[in-house]
Formats: sequence, structure tokens, C-alpha cells
Amino acid sequence: MSLDKNLLSKLAVGDKHGEDSPYFDGWKAYDNNPFHPEHNPQGVIQMGLAENQLCSDLIKDWIKANPHASICTAEGIDGFSDIAVFQDYHGLKQFRQAIAAFMERARGGRVRFEEERVVMSGGATGANETLMFCLADRGDAFLVPTPYYAAFDRDLSWRTGVRIIPVECNSSNNFQVTKQALESAYLNAQETGIKIKGLILANPSNPLGTSLGRETLQTLMDFINDKQIHLVCDEIYAATVFAEPGFISVAEMIQEMDHVNRDLIHIVYSLSKDMGLPGFRVGVVYSYNDAVVTCARRMSSFGLVSSQTQSFLAAMLSDQSFVDNFLKEVSKRVAKRHLIFTEGLKEMGVSCLRSNAGLFVLMDLRQMLRDQTFESEMALWRIIIDKVKINISPGSSFHCSEPGWFRVCFANMDEDTLQTALQRMKSFVLRHRENKKKRKSFQENLKLSFSSKMYDEHVRSPRLLSPHSPLVRT
Amino acid sequence: MKQLSTKVTSNGHGQDSSYFLGWEEYEKNPYDEIKNPDGMIQMGLAENQLCFDLIESWLAKNPDAASLKRNGQSIFKELALFQDYHGMPEFKKAMAEFMEEIRGNRVTFDPKNIVLAAGSTSANETLMFCLAEPGDAFLLPTPYYPGFDRDLKWRTGAEIVPIHCSSSNGFQITESALQQAYQQAHKLDLKVKGVLVTNPSNPLGTALTRRELNLLVDFITSKNIHLISDEIYSGTMFGFEQFISVMDVLKDKKLENTEVSKRVHVVYSLSKDLGLPGFRVGAIYSNDDMIVSAATKMSSFGLVSSQTQYLLSALLSDKKFTSQYLEENQKRLKSRQKRLVSGLESAGITCLRSNAGLFCWVDMRHLLDTNTFEAELDLWKKIVYNVKLNISPGSSCHCTEPGWFRVCFANMSEGTLDLALKRLKTFVESTDCGRMISRSSHERLKSLRKKTVSNWVFRVSWSDRVPDER
Repeated sequence: MSLDKNLLSKLAVGDKHGEDSPYFDGWKAYDNNPFHPEHNPQGVIQMGLAENQLCSDLIKDWIKANPHASICTAEGIDGFSDIAVFQDYHGLKQFRQAIAAFMERARGGRVRFEEERVVMSGGATGANETLMFCLADRGDAFLVPTPYYAAFDRDLSWRTGVRIIPVECNSSNNFQVTKQALESAYLNAQETGIKIKGLILANPSNPLGTSLGRETLQTLMDFINDKQIHLVCDEIYAATVFAEPGFISVAEMIQEMDHVNRDLIHIVYSLSKDMGLPGFRVGVVYSYNDAVVTCARRMSSFGLVSSQTQSFLAAMLSDQSFVDNFLKEVSKRVAKRHLIFTEGLKEMGVSCLRSNAGLFVLMDLRQMLRDQTFESEMALWRIIIDKVKINISPGSSFHCSEPGWFRVCFANMDEDTLQTALQRMKSFVLRHRENKKKRKSFQENLKLSFSSKMYDEHVRSPRLLSPHSPLVRT
Repeated sequence: MKQLSTKVTSNGHGQDSSYFLGWEEYEKNPYDEIKNPDGMIQMGLAENQLCFDLIESWLAKNPDAASLKRNGQSIFKELALFQDYHGMPEFKKAMAEFMEEIRGNRVTFDPKNIVLAAGSTSANETLMFCLAEPGDAFLLPTPYYPGFDRDLKWRTGAEIVPIHCSSSNGFQITESALQQAYQQAHKLDLKVKGVLVTNPSNPLGTALTRRELNLLVDFITSKNIHLISDEIYSGTMFGFEQFISVMDVLKDKKLENTEVSKRVHVVYSLSKDLGLPGFRVGAIYSNDDMIVSAATKMSSFGLVSSQTQYLLSALLSDKKFTSQYLEENQKRLKSRQKRLVSGLESAGITCLRSNAGLFCWVDMRHLLDTNTFEAELDLWKKIVYNVKLNISPGSSCHCTEPGWFRVCFANMSEGTLDLALKRLKTFVESTDCGRMISRSSHERLKSLRKKTVSNWVFRVSWSDRVPDER
């Protein structure tokens, strides 16, 4: 017997956390049957998780060489009690300094970050929610260009009551956000009485894997400044940029565009993607607005970084030569993986959105849809999960306005597994092409003689007689 | 400023309260035995610094846990990637067993019903988000932890309606106080969703009696509302009585697995019992699946760092360590509390008799110029700025009677505690009351002791007459 739902809050019983979305079904399929090269080679390969597993060796080596960095080892134990009691929401000074320095280096040293503005949060998840609490009241709205990270629905809206107004972008210009799209979304919102408090986007983008060019950034900054609304830039993939135009942070743009009101600019950062440390829960709110820094810092009580982790990272990220080498390697290794994967897909005639960053690509499977609808996209997706046994993320879960795009992650596995995934994709794509040809020719021949062909088609493609065969439906 | 949310522009964070101002004064001039012997002594921070040596020696004997290894193999990568909001199973198992051990293994905790959070700060806020709409109310007995104004109300929009407790019965919760608070909420047009208590209490330093716990369970049963029991000080119980948890009462009343039990939730943390506030380890325990499910999703906003989960799962799984730690922790706390109490007594100051916690609830009513909160604030300022002790005034804890102060004793060395007591004694002797003491100290102390004994007698007679159950 369970509690009467009236005894719980709407938050608790509702589904605005977004986790009932089919996006998570793929995860469940993986959890029930996870791939393992030896123990379960037929299992589902996880390509729906944007994790960076490419550089953990560098961190492991550093840990081995620096036992003093841990408060638990013989070399570091003297610091144990001071760190264990440290719960000041300002965070350890050395930690803030190290984070600021790391953020600077990830931007090629082209900007300066002040450690007093570094505010901790429970991962970027916590950082984004905190900023919404600071910048908007219940019922206010933020503009978000599509496609966007699926969990923004939870992080920005769930407990805050802030609405998301999507700004539609499409493939005709590689999903770049345009002034027109922004103005139009803003105007529509105004006309329906919705108060827009700001614009939030990820740069580099998840799921596009692209970083913003200078011109687009200028457009965005001019737009928010003109409307005097906030700009939140989620820069958690900053160090994964591996090709032109390189990474241009909003922090750099501020330097160039000093007519823009700095009180409107806020950056979200994290070590989960660039460093591959999602388990350590290191999120950062960096705001140019003093009142927001103060408030976000008070709110950080709800999601401080463990002092054990702060202390460890303060030591590691203060090691300049480690940081410089690490950043160089991240970019190099992500580039290599990206190349292997996109070339592999190209060989089978599958293209991706041209990208220069991120731990994933946006794969274009529009040709494989039965028709250009989201139903077809979901149908194709279920086949890929159930039959091809790869968990990838359908564009609809990112609020993409066009069906047929799928985000595929490539940095959360070893190279062999990636090759296995490519093999499976190849078999699937070739089979699909075959069937399409057969269906096309069947449809053409159908016009000639219906009854005589019934026998032939049974011999040629028995699956046609099985209306439930998923391959037929596509 | 209209560009920012009302959360920024209002003071719902509660940090303009004197509780936090004292901290700020301390930050400006902190005591250091060598570098700043005249500095302010921090007695406003409920930290447990008495048992680090035990943890440090455990770490020295357990290098695998200390260096993120399992059976000699590095599991760094596994930990670095672990962000499952269900938490590490071995850690939740260890937490559940630790909580059981603190309760004498009389009750069981199912690890599946534990939701991890970033400290009890986050756990309490998350429970509010799950149980209350903006504008709904929770009843809290006064005096209560000042941080609750922020944790329960600030971002959730929930309200707190006080259950007034008074020194006439040792600040125990009474049926009439509960009913009065419930009526008051209705007068204010607030829907009551539950009661939240801290057991043992902060700032009182007392564990709830069985009578009070029974009263609370009966009350929430009849009103069909929730009961949250914040038991973060459960491992600091040092009196001769054993700690009675709300889970004990559910079991004794045969309410386990009933609908009522699904409305009873426990909040826990390792910040007080283990003295690890920096590691941000909090937990919600609920018997209701929907709440566990919703709270688990919300924990995404404040998960416990995986390296911390791993370290502590190893520590808490070592039963030899945990039983030795709990025993030693209680012993040291008891001795510290005694030192504070007798030091205060020699200055003519009494405390509420306490049996838990990291602080005493100190009675300085006789030092007030008038029986008002203004006089309390004046006295507090003198103690902070002249005596250079940061203690917490009762008004910051929403106490209804002026003159009570919370004084912490477990966050400093013995020497520092003695110095603080010396300074206080000097101060008291310099006041009118103090002069009275020196003139007829014998008479005064006699009457003070009588007052103390009366309180004791009153509390014992108020309970079930079975001293063990206090």
C-alpha cells in the first residue's frame, strides 16, 4: 500500500523531472544487458553517455606521483582534520585559485578569472539550477536554442518553476542560432505575457558538438544586452574543442564588447567532461554580477564540493605542467576518436553534423526514416537499441525540430568497443539499404502483376509477410 | 535589481541573523593559542573535533581505502566516473548498518530506502520539496537550529510555524503546544504538511523522551501529516540513557509497514557524529517508495563525491572501528560537557541538563538587565565584543524566552575551553550579578544548585518515571 498522493508535493508525484522520457529507456536497455568484450560481447553498447574516459591514465599517473595530494595517505594525513571540518561555503582558497587557473588555461590564457567569483555547486546540474533560482522567479522564462541537453528540462525548470522557451534552430544552417530566431521567440513570449529573464545555452553545444563562432557570439551578446536580459553560458565542454574556430568563451567576448552590461553575464563550468570526473561532483558558477555571486554562494550550501575532493583538486590543478599537458592531450585524443568514428560512419555512407568539439557527434539518419516524422525516428531508434544493440540518443529527446538526427557518444569506451559499434552499425546500415532497394523494386513490380508476385516475394523476402518485423517498418 | 530573482533581493537566506554575524566577527579576529591569544574563541560552531585521531589511525592501517584502491588495484577510474544518483551500494549498506548500530540494533534500515544528499542541509531541503507546496507549513518546536529558516523555507517557499516550548518543563514538547501551533497555522491560512523535530535537539542538547515521541507519532497519525526526525546528533548521546529514535517508537507501537510509517522520515548525516562536515554526507531515510524515488532524482543537485563515498564505505564497514569509535566518542563528549558545565557553575551559571549534542543550552537570564530580547542582544554583544566569545543567542534559535544561549564545547582543545570559561567568569564577576555572587557566593550557588536540582526533578517526574527512558 502506498501513500495518498495528496500527502506529497506535486513535484514528487509529477513527471516534470523528465525521467519518464524514452531517452531513459535506452539506458534501461543498456543496464539490463550491458556490453562487455569478454563476458557479454552481444550486449548493448552504451553510446548515450557523454563521458570522457580518454585521459584517466594521466590523472592516475599524477596521483601515484603525488601521494601528498590525498588527505588520507601517510604523506597527506596531517591535513586530514582541517579538511574534514572545512565546510565554509566560500570553498578552499587554493581550490578556487586552482579552478580559476584551470579555466584560464582551458581558454588558452586569453582571459582572467578571479577566484572570488568562483562559486561551488553540485556539478553543472547544481550550477544551472542555482543560476535559475538566482535569476528568475517561478513562472519567468529562459530562451534555450534547440536542440539542447535533455536534462535542462529537469535542471532549469523542475524545482525552480522557470519555463523553457525553445528557440528553434535547423539543419539548413547547421543548427546555428540566428538573430531572427531569437527575436521571434522573444516576441512570441512577450505577446503571450511570458516574462523572459534570459538566454541559456551550452558552448560548445550538447548535442551538436560545435563551438560558437565569434560572429554568433556577438549576435547573442548584442541581443541580450539590447533586451537587458541574462546570458548563461554553459561551457563544460570547453577543453574538448579540437578544431577551428577553436574555443571562444563568453569571457573573451566581454573583453572585446565592453558596451555589454557585465551584470548580465554568467558562466557555468564543471570538471565532469573536460577532466572526466563526473563522480567528484565539481560544478562552478562564475558570475560577473556581484549580487548573483553572493546569492549563489549562499545557495551552494545545498551542493558544496566535498572538502576531500577540493583539497585533492587544489593540488592537482595547481600543477601547471600537468594541466598544460592534460589539456593538450584531451584535445588530441578527442580529435582522434572523432576522426575514427566519423570516418567509419562515412565509409558506410552515414554523415554527421560537422563538429569540432564535444564527446559525441550528431549523426544524420534522416535517409533511413520511413517518413520525416518523429514516430519514424522513435521506431528507428528502438530498432537500433533492440536489434543493433547500441544505445544512442534520438534527436527528439534534445527537442530537435527535425526528425532523423541522433547523438552518438564516442569517448566513453575503448577503441575496440568503438570498432565493434561501427561494425554493428555497418551491418545494420547495409541491411537497411538492401531492404530498401528490395522494397522499392517490389513496389515497382507490384504494378505489373499482383498475384504471381505473391509467391515470388515470399521466396525473396519472407519478412514482408510479417507485418511486425521492425526492419520492414523502416 | 528587478533583473534578479526575489531570492537574491530578499533575506530569506537568513544570513542577516545574529547567528551568522557572530561567525563573521570570529572570522575577523580568530583565537590562536600562539598567534592570537586575545582573539575571539569560537563557541558558536557545533563541530565534533574530539575523535580525529581515531579516524586518522584507521586510515594509517587501511591504505587501500586511503588511496582509492580495492585489493591493491587502483579503482580511480571507476570512482571518477561513478555518478549514479542511487549512490554506491556498499556505501548505503554501511550507512544503514551504522545507523542501526547507533540505535543498538533494535531497528533495521533498508539501504534501498536511503537517499544520499550533500549534507543534511540538502537532505532537509529535498524533503521539503517532496512533501510541501510553496505556502504549505511545517511545525517545528522552538528553540530550533537557525539554519532551518534557510534550509526548509528559502527556495522551497514552505513556511515554518513554531511549536512553543518553554523552560517551565525543560523545553519539552507538550500536546497543547502542538495543538496550538496547528491552530495557529490554520489562522494564518497555512496548510500543515508535517512536523519536523531534531532528536537529539539542537540547540537544547537533549534527546526527546519516549513520552514526547509517542505524542508526536499520535499527533501526526490523527492529523494525517508527516513527521521528519532529524537525527544527525544520534551518535553524540552521552547520557546514561540510550537514544530513542522515532523508528524505535514505530516498532514499539507496532506501526512498522503501516500507512503511518510511510509518513515518518529520518534525516541523517556524518557531520556531527563522525566530525566530517567538510565531506558533505547527508541522507534521507523514508519508508515511502514515491518519496525515495523523487528524492533520489533530486539528489542529482547534490550528490556525494564518489571518492568520499568509497572512503567512508570502507570506514563504516569496519565494525570493530565503528563500535570502538561510538564508545570513545561518547566518552569524550561526556567528559567535555562536564568540564563546560562545572566551569559555568563556578561562574554562577547553569545549563539545561543535557545528555547529547556538541553544546549546552545555557541559562543567562539572571545576567539580563531586563527580561527582554533587547537585553539578550546587549548581553550577547558584550560577550562577543568584550569577552571575545562567539556564542549563539536564543533569539537566533527562535526561543520564546530571552536569556538562553547555545555554547559549543566540542570544537576546541581543553585548554581553549578552560580559557573561555575563565574569561566568562571574569566577565560575570564584573557585572552586578557577579558582584552579588562574590558577596554571598555560598548562598547564591546554593540557590542556583537548588534551581538546577528542581529542573532535574521536574524533568524526571514529567517523563515515564523510568529514568532509563529519558
